[in-house]
Amino acid sequence: MKMELIQPFINAADAVLAEGLQCSTTVGSLSMEEEAYRRKGVAALIWVTGDIEGRVILDLDTQTAVRVASKFAGTELPESDTLVRETVCELANQVTGNAITALNDQGFHFRVHPPILHTTDGAKSSEDTEALVICFETASGNVFMNIALRYNRRRQGERAMAAGQ
Amino acid sequence: MEQFAPVKRSKDGQPVRYLVVDDSVFARKNLVRIIETFGGQLAGEAGDGATAITEYDRTNPDIVLMDITMPQMEGIEAAEKIVRQHPEARIVMVSSVGYQENIVAALQRGARHFVQKPVKPEVLYEVIKYVLGEDATVSNAAGAGA
Repeated sequence: MKMELIQPFINAADAVLAEGLQCSTTVGSLSMEEEAYRRKGVAALIWVTGDIEGRVILDLDTQTAVRVASKFAGTELPESDTLVRETVCELANQVTGNAITALNDQGFHFRVHPPILHTTDGAKSSEDTEALVICFETASGNVFMNIALRYNRRRQGERAMAAGQ
Repeated sequence: MEQFAPVKRSKDGQPVRYLVVDDSVFARKNLVRIIETFGGQLAGEAGDGATAITEYDRTNPDIVLMDITMPQMEGIEAAEKIVRQHPEARIVMVSSVGYQENIVAALQRGARHFVQKPVKPEVLYEVIKYVLGEDATVSNAAGAGA
């Protein structure tokens, strides 16, 4: 997986979390995974299609999600399943949207699909696509991001042909 | 949360009424909290583009805050349909996907402005005042006239 695809997601997560939580974040750990993703808490998955294809998962434990939601809302919110799900999905939406915006400005075109809850552990990366797992440490708790992206081969071929003409 | 000088309708001094459209309840609640700090009033909510169209007809809001990526009907298509029926509609797209093509497509189909998520209240406040133009007045003190 190319770092040029990953970096915009790291930058976007850092920016969205820093803005929403009003604090700085640090990358606590970073690892590659080839096995099916096993969520750590409540996870939202967003599919990306187009010049770049794959998926992004944001994963927070319940308490972290409630703290994040409260920070974003500017007021203490009571814990509920709905609040936690909504928070994780919206966070995934904002991080992916901001990253896609940066990649689009570099000339890549794609579509972002609405976030869905990742309820099973079966969303395995494609056989030739490994996933990068990044842990962002924040004052509200750890936020995990799992990214599995690759260039769309057909579009990559079209680009190469166009460049060669 | 920071309070802003209330933005009122020029014609009758009443609060500006907003239709908030986003498939995320969490995002809608956050937007509602923000517009309340502007002295605004919630006219209605919708979770997808199709509902936004019927809610616009029902509530006739002063401003629509419209997400782009939504199930069933996306925000840009909904904005186009609303503006076709109501050319005076003021629609501000609010989305995390803020690349140029998306912004241009939204503006070409009738949206008046674009705000990227995560929404900064001070940015949205300025956009609202700009979009309303002479149809809005800003009270001097926060909470005045409420």
